[in-house]
Amino acid sequence: MNLNLKIWRQKNASDKGKMVDYPISDVSPDMSFLEMLDVLNNELIEKGDEPVSFDHDCREGICGSCSLYINGEAHGPDRLITTCQLHMRTFKDGETIVIEPWRAKAFPVIKDLVVDRTAFDRIQHAGGFISVNTSGNTIDANSIPINKQDADDAFSAATCIGCGACVASCKNSSAMLFVGAKVSQFALLPQGKVEATDRVLNMVKQMDEEGFGNCTNTGACEVECPKGISLENIARMNREYLSASLKG
Amino acid sequence: MALDSKIPKGPIADKWTNYKNKIDLVNPANKRNIDVIVVGTGLAGGSAAATLAELGYNVKAFCFQDSPRRAHSIAAQGGINAAKNYQGDGDSTYRLFYDTVKGGDYRSREANVYRLAEVSTNIIDQCVAQGVPFAREYGGLLDNRSFGGVLVSRTFYAAGQTGQQLLLGAYSAMNRQIGRGKIKMYNRHEMLDVVKVDGKARGIITRNLINGDIERHSAHAVVLGTGGYGNVFFLSTNAMGSNVTAAWKAHKRGAHFANPCYTQIHPTCIPVSGDHQSKLTLMSESLRNDGRIWVPKHKKDVEAIRNKTLKPTQLAEEDRDYYLERRYPAFGNLVPRDVASRAAKERSDAGFGVNATGEAVYLDFASAFMRYGKEQAHIKGLNENDDALVKKLGQEIVKAKYGNLFQMYEKIVDENPYETPMMIYPAVHYTMGGLWVDYNLMTNVPGLYAIGEANFSDHGANRLGASALMQGLADGYFVLPYTIGDYLADDIRTGPISTDSKEFEEVENEVRKNLDHLINNNGTHSVDYFHRKLGKIMWNKCGMARNAEDLKSAIIEISELRSEFWKDVRVPGTQNEFNEELAKAGRVADFLELGELFAKDALQREESAGGHFRDEYQTPEGEAVRKKEFQYVSAWEYKGEPKDAVLHKEELEYENIKVKERSYK
Repeated sequence: MNLNLKIWRQKNASDKGKMVDYPISDVSPDMSFLEMLDVLNNELIEKGDEPVSFDHDCREGICGSCSLYINGEAHGPDRLITTCQLHMRTFKDGETIVIEPWRAKAFPVIKDLVVDRTAFDRIQHAGGFISVNTSGNTIDANSIPINKQDADDAFSAATCIGCGACVASCKNSSAMLFVGAKVSQFALLPQGKVEATDRVLNMVKQMDEEGFGNCTNTGACEVECPKGISLENIARMNREYLSASLKG
Repeated sequence: MALDSKIPKGPIADKWTNYKNKIDLVNPANKRNIDVIVVGTGLAGGSAAATLAELGYNVKAFCFQDSPRRAHSIAAQGGINAAKNYQGDGDSTYRLFYDTVKGGDYRSREANVYRLAEVSTNIIDQCVAQGVPFAREYGGLLDNRSFGGVLVSRTFYAAGQTGQQLLLGAYSAMNRQIGRGKIKMYNRHEMLDVVKVDGKARGIITRNLINGDIERHSAHAVVLGTGGYGNVFFLSTNAMGSNVTAAWKAHKRGAHFANPCYTQIHPTCIPVSGDHQSKLTLMSESLRNDGRIWVPKHKKDVEAIRNKTLKPTQLAEEDRDYYLERRYPAFGNLVPRDVASRAAKERSDAGFGVNATGEAVYLDFASAFMRYGKEQAHIKGLNENDDALVKKLGQEIVKAKYGNLFQMYEKIVDENPYETPMMIYPAVHYTMGGLWVDYNLMTNVPGLYAIGEANFSDHGANRLGASALMQGLADGYFVLPYTIGDYLADDIRTGPISTDSKEFEEVENEVRKNLDHLINNNGTHSVDYFHRKLGKIMWNKCGMARNAEDLKSAIIEISELRSEFWKDVRVPGTQNEFNEELAKAGRVADFLELGELFAKDALQREESAGGHFRDEYQTPEGEAVRKKEFQYVSAWEYKGEPKDAVLHKEELEYENIKVKERSYK
């Protein structure tokens, strides 16, 4: 396959940045999208040019590092996968592919396609945990039976990989799906209920301080989420937040 | 220098308890004056950082990723072992200990493994208390599955994402301490060297990967939880960034590197598809609970399948060779990884591989669909003889267990594994070797600790499935927090360690010199060019089967490639910016040294044990021949060049397990 890539190049956080065209040839349909970029980068390096920077690590869809906005969609046109799992067979020979970084006020660009997502970490520092010390003397794991449906729902919420596709896809750059997933995981489990009130208040407060927008129920986040995190998690967080505020 | 493993005296079941009763403690007020550096935020590093901060130490944690949650433990799929015996199937601490030592082919340290088995049950309790959503049964209690090399069900799991859930648990424990200010987290920082002061590890030099700043960090002790070195093979199931640099720099500063040749080649990975490939993807071992591995019995069928004139589903049962069930009836498809990998290689080498490259075997779920489907039909009162219905019901059960793995497979291979068997082949996955540590998890450099995959001690020559997560969390949550306290008790009067010393300055200068060289080299080839070449040498000559001749030539080829790298590598850009190529260049430079030591170690070990298989030492049936005279840990001391490394031996004593032939027949 031969393709025409249009890639966002930006030297550093203060640079203005621009789109640059890169034709690429002999792409195998069995390559992953990132392997296609590896080929481009090796060509650029051997020509003496600067390679394109992008975040990536596990290349199996679980670490949440990769993050490209491809042809106007987070993680590209395919569903329920990350960019590293996207394969070139999804594209047609001769196609133009536009590659941009996540765009959000709370995710400033570091270089080219690499953005700073530490705002997500700071939201987790504010309450994304259960306050239990490591002692080896906690109660036996099977002494708290948990309804299978609740356990499964908590697990589904917990599969969020923190990639930020939800924010990038949202016209308001809202992080409600990301925060809702963590709030839900703990709200569904008896272990998490003890601190539920403080958790939701603190996490939402931090989310607002980071500059993420509000949710207006468009649902783009759910569609683009590589892990299929459900909008129900946002609804659950809203309920948790309301009852916490009333208590508060 | 003699290696002292510092194993406590007394009966094995009492060693850890007695040890804990006798160690020195640090009082809470003094802990506030003691700093600890933890490098790596995977299961080992993350759990250690959180626990040390809970105890009151000032922790500085480092990871090269943009968040601690992205450490590669996140990718572990199948599960975590613990001797809970919730299934009542005969499990116990002793049995987990026994299985692990036997699985490791009698090349691990008894006392460490027993302690691991002992604390395994605490891990599950701790993780559940943290809100880790393990899989449960309808009654609300925890579910278990089986893994290779054992005859009980002791593996706890969260679908095919157990590593993710456990890591997010450790990450949440870290977050609580970061929020309290007890952990200072340094994301996108790479450790480039260890600093010793008066012979003790007192700090590290890091590079800020965003702006290239070289920084000095001091502490009273340094803990490396930096993972394994599987990426020396270029293609592996490791993350792209996984590297040996921290461990290797520690080695160059005096820490012995143990058993580098013990590498785990995992039997069930998606086969290589072409030269563009950047990494390999694992299909969890848990799939072998339900999948059956086979190749055609007859070469004509192999040809037809390769030419695509025959589909695997069309081949009659009697024309299939379920070779693991045939060779190992007692364990069948659940033999340990080393055994399953070699058996796949044996069939492929004999010409029975089922894809175009001849390097693939089938992992088939058809019988599991029917087995589960019949059960579901019975429960639901539906027609058990309606094959289409039964298959559909069975597929739903399999989807609930392994749905994410099936989806992952389909996206990569572009075939639906519910309709046609998966194709799999062994790939590099885990490294049992690593920094030599004593019972305290301390290397032979005082104050320098290695935990998780970065050390060598628990898995011997082969790791059993679902034991890496167990070891990482055991080390970080339950072992290191005790052992490091015993060491730090001597540091309560030391006060802060200054970074304005000649020791820090010297190491920083060396780091800068190295980076200058790489960036100014202006050669002709990219870093990947050299990394791929190294990977080919490693896979072809130090891979699933090794022999003296290949190993000798590998040593020469790697050393030549290393000189070529230093002469001809091209690193674009500058030092003072985000520059992934520069980071990669430093990592590959270290792999080029480690690779040579790896081959040297494999050459020296004239036996077959676990993941280390030498062509010269096998039975007529192709099983490994272990030798009594090699019942020791090979700990290598750095002496300038890998070829000059000096071997130190730690003899392994087995007092609680009788060493015998490791059979899974």
